[in-house]
Formats: sequence, C-alpha cells, structure tokens
Amino acid sequence: MSATNSTALNRRAAVARLLRDRGDAIVVTSLGNPTFDVSAAGDTPLNFYLWGAMGGAAMVGLGMAIAQPKRRVVAIVGDGEMMMALGSLATIACEKQANLAVVVLNNEHYAETGMQPAHAGRGVDLVGVARATGFKDVSSVNTEEELESLSSRLFSSAEPLFSTIKISTDPNPVSLPPRDGPYLRSRFREAILGAAASK
Amino acid sequence: MSANWPEQIFQELQELNIKQVAYVPDAGHSALIVQCQASPDMRAVSLTTEEEGIAMLAGGWLAGECGVMLMQSSGVGNCINMLSLNHECRIPMFALVTMRGEWGEFNPWQVPMGKSTQEALESAGVYVYRADSAEEVAPTVRAAGQMAFNTRRAVAVLIGQRLIGTKNFNK
Repeated sequence: MSATNSTALNRRAAVARLLRDRGDAIVVTSLGNPTFDVSAAGDTPLNFYLWGAMGGAAMVGLGMAIAQPKRRVVAIVGDGEMMMALGSLATIACEKQANLAVVVLNNEHYAETGMQPAHAGRGVDLVGVARATGFKDVSSVNTEEELESLSSRLFSSAEPLFSTIKISTDPNPVSLPPRDGPYLRSRFREAILGAAASK
Repeated sequence: MSANWPEQIFQELQELNIKQVAYVPDAGHSALIVQCQASPDMRAVSLTTEEEGIAMLAGGWLAGECGVMLMQSSGVGNCINMLSLNHECRIPMFALVTMRGEWGEFNPWQVPMGKSTQEALESAGVYVYRADSAEEVAPTVRAAGQMAFNTRRAVAVLIGQRLIGTKNFNK
C-alpha cells in the first residue's frame, strides 16, 4: 500500500478518454479532483460540478437520469465520496435506472486533504460492494485496455453501470471550473430544458 | 369535516406537477407513500437515508422534474450538509416532514431531534411551515410547494404529531 503508484492510470488522461465520445451525455461530479478532472476534459453546461455536498453526486445523477431517461447520465466521483454514500449504491441498484452510470476514480487516498489513506486502499472492495447491492454491469479498470472497454460501454450499457478506475496519486495541473452555484445550475437547466428552464 | 389529509396531500402533489417522490419508511406518510407508488405519473424512490433524497431531488429539478421529500423529523439532521446544494445553487427543495417527539411521544429518543427540527431546518436555509390540524394540511402543502418551485427556495412543511397521533397511535 504505497502512497504513489506510477503504473496506475493518470486521472486526467483517463477521464478525458472516458468522456471523448460523450455526445449529449450529462456528467455530474463529486467535489475536489473529480470536478477538476472533468472540467479539464472540456467544460460544458452539461457538466454539473459539485463543490460540496459530499456524498451526494451519485444521487444527483439518479434524479437527473429519472428526469431525462433518453440521455446518458454519468456520475464521476472519488473513492472517498463513494465510501461516504454506500447506501446510495443500494438505492440506485434497486431503482435499476438504465441510463445512469457511476464511475469511481480510485486513488485509495483522500488527496484533497493531505493524502490520508482511504478505506478503498485498506481492503474495502468498492466493486464488490456494488455487485453485492445488485449492479450487474460492474468492472474494475486498471489498464488502458480496460479503460477502452469501459469507454465503449459507458454510453450504451443497457443497465446501471458501476466501475472503478484505479488511478495514480500523481499530482496534476490545476483546472478550476466555475464554482458559482446559480450560474452552474442555470446554464445546466438551459442546456437541458431550453426556454422552459426559467419557467 | 374529518379531512383525509394524506389523500389531500396526494391531490396537491398532482396539482404541483410532482414527478419524483423520495421517501424513507414512515408510518405518518404510509398512506401517501402507497398512493405515490401506485401513481403512473410519479416515480417513488425508497432511500436508505434522507440526505440521498435531497441530492436526488436536486438532480431531478436540474434536469426538469419537480419532486417532494417525505420524511420524519428524526431524519432532518441527516440532511443538513446536503442542503448546502439547494442553498448555494438556489435549487428548490420541498419536504413534508411528519413530527415525532413533541405530542404525547412514547419514545424519549425521538425528543431531541423533534425539539430541534424547525431550528435545524431554518439554520440550513429552509423556510418552515406547520400544519397541526387536518384542515390546515392541504392549503399549507399547496402554499409551500408553490413557494418552493416559484421562488426556487427550500421549503418544509412540518406535520404536527398531534395530527398524526390522533390518526395512527390511539387505536
């Protein structure tokens, strides 16, 4: 259990690949690095970044997926965030909302707060948890080949998808998206709803 | 008039165009939950803990659907940090909260959260209404829902234990 693992995937490159062919998919992110990674891959009104509300990203994704069943919704979250909301995996598994995917960027550490070891690096198997709650399309991505496989399934899976991506703890350049809440929510709603956004 | 207030709440939710119903199991809301589950116009989602619903309904509204949270006062404390989502982004939140720990309560462990429910909600930026009689429930729910979605505010209706108690606990 080392603090860095340079053979693991780079988080920025992995997220950029994952979202390369996203089309009109919605992406919701958990606070900290997942928000920065997704913004670095290309800021768009269809990204909804959480800068707080820790533990809520996957459930925000579920609400979006229910409201927009024809769109793909991808929640990209950190392993600490997911650990805080294991119950939400059970809720999402029970709901079987086919257009929702949850992707956990797993560096097994709390990178934002000083790189403390996180439970995912101390023996807790997030993929196993997801499978136990009832997710059928589950995977653990450790290599470029597995990342390609996930990228091809991410927007087409016929059932709720859960995957972890093992990433290194190597630092990345700063990439800060907008953090003004009303701006993020208004531009998102306009992109989804058009003129009805301000009804 | 002995109002069937759960049925009236359901009618109001339909009028308010509520599409997503997030709930935790609750005796006070049990009749309403059954109605929402049976409605072809609503998606009722059972949660493992209340803050999941705050997050889900925020996502639902962002993507175009209004929703309601059905919960007990004991779950209000679970929601506080998640409500920062509504507060910071000015996303509506509409919750119907059945009260415990305030009127003839049997379980002392319900008293602390019941005592601080209103203050806790208000401190997290939520506007709080109360209904303590059956006749008050429907108009209060209507006004609170209109306030939430028209002004993009977090609004909760506390349904007094006096009302629920007379209905469910004195059999």
